[in-house]
Amino acid sequence: MNVALRLGSIALLLAVWFAASNVTGARLLPSPQTVGFAIIEEARSGALAFNLGVTLARVAVSFAIAMALGTVIGLAMGRELIFDRLADPWLVVLLNLPALVIIVLAYVWAGLTETAAIAAVALNKLPITTVMVREGARSLDRTLDEMAAVFRMSSWARLRHVVLPQLAPYLAAAARSGLSLVWKIVLIVELLGRPNGVGFQIGVAFQLFDVTRILAYALAFVAVMLAIETFLVQPLERHISRWRPRAA
Amino acid sequence: MLNDLSLSLAGGEVAALVGPSGCGKTTLLRIIVGLDHDYEGGVRLPAHGRLGIVFQEPRLLPWRTVEQNVRLAAPDASDESLDALFATLGLSEHRRHYPGELSLGLARRVALARAFAVEPELLILDEPFVSLDAALSSRLRAELVELVGRRPVTTLLVTHDVEEAIGLADRIFLLSGSPARVLAEVSIQSPRSGHTAEELIAIRKEIAGKMSLAPL
Repeated sequence: MNVALRLGSIALLLAVWFAASNVTGARLLPSPQTVGFAIIEEARSGALAFNLGVTLARVAVSFAIAMALGTVIGLAMGRELIFDRLADPWLVVLLNLPALVIIVLAYVWAGLTETAAIAAVALNKLPITTVMVREGARSLDRTLDEMAAVFRMSSWARLRHVVLPQLAPYLAAAARSGLSLVWKIVLIVELLGRPNGVGFQIGVAFQLFDVTRILAYALAFVAVMLAIETFLVQPLERHISRWRPRAA
Repeated sequence: MLNDLSLSLAGGEVAALVGPSGCGKTTLLRIIVGLDHDYEGGVRLPAHGRLGIVFQEPRLLPWRTVEQNVRLAAPDASDESLDALFATLGLSEHRRHYPGELSLGLARRVALARAFAVEPELLILDEPFVSLDAALSSRLRAELVELVGRRPVTTLLVTHDVEEAIGLADRIFLLSGSPARVLAEVSIQSPRSGHTAEELIAIRKEIAGKMSLAPL
């Protein structure tokens, strides 16, 4: 039933798109089949795979950096009050700095390089990850900490068995919101200063007013992100939560 | 909270701390195991100082199975000793369950198993049978007696239930209300081997007597 509803909804979307493109004309809104053929053409030439690959690589690296750093800093801030007081103002500034400003400054100061691009994306995601992990760290169950202390569990065992499982929902939330944030910013970063990737292609298509190309790359990219969500993120989330008592 | 308190336990003896609620028994336990550092004085623990503790709440890791919970606290425990421990406490069919699937009684048993699996030099029990129904708590007490009988371990049991103390301890320390201090000590003859009605009456009289004689 669920699957039927979802498919029905997608079919409705395609139908609306088709109707709309007839109304506005192919120049403004190409029909679904035009875009479909364009995707196939790009795939055949290898350009789609290359650009998608490059963009995904940037997403993966900056995501990993932001998650790793954000987790470490968030954990430290959540557990050590002094560190929290020191780092909080920096965090607030970074949180409120517009993504565009960070990206532009990164390119200005580090040049139009890959490093600048990745760093800019990571810096954009870092504060929100830190905030979420800090919340998790603040809500850690002290009674379990005490139990682990009396039984003289090693620091590593404590991290792995007591702390991280409690952080898991916060990490999952940070990963979820982070992933969708990261790939949007990666596209901007590519648009502004990289010679390849989905963002770059969309920029070129924009300058050429090639709406078909814009939609082709956009849809292909969304499809890939959806696949990641469905086949990677959700099963992972279910696995992490398997100990929770099921609602009766 | 505590005032001029001193206790010493002989190896392998079960000592019960009995006192009214809120007098500071839990605080004392926390100081002994090192969770509370805000005191003047000293705590001397046996050589390697392996501690086993059963808190008032089971404090199990909800995301690990019963077996994993016990093994995490006692990584050096042998399979045979764990098998025997689980068997004694009726946990053998529950080894793969998560704490969320257990009743309170079972969860308390897991906490007990965990404390014993460590083979501690000092076992601390903080009101381990509170809020259990009478049948269950008497069963658990019998299991505790069996475990202690099998391998004597210096035990400090905190309880507000005098009868429980009489049934389990070698020595009972009577604590006053807050700020707590030791009012009196009562030694139990033939501990944990069941007392006749007269013996119980005699013990209770001794306790009552010592409580009333204690300087206020």
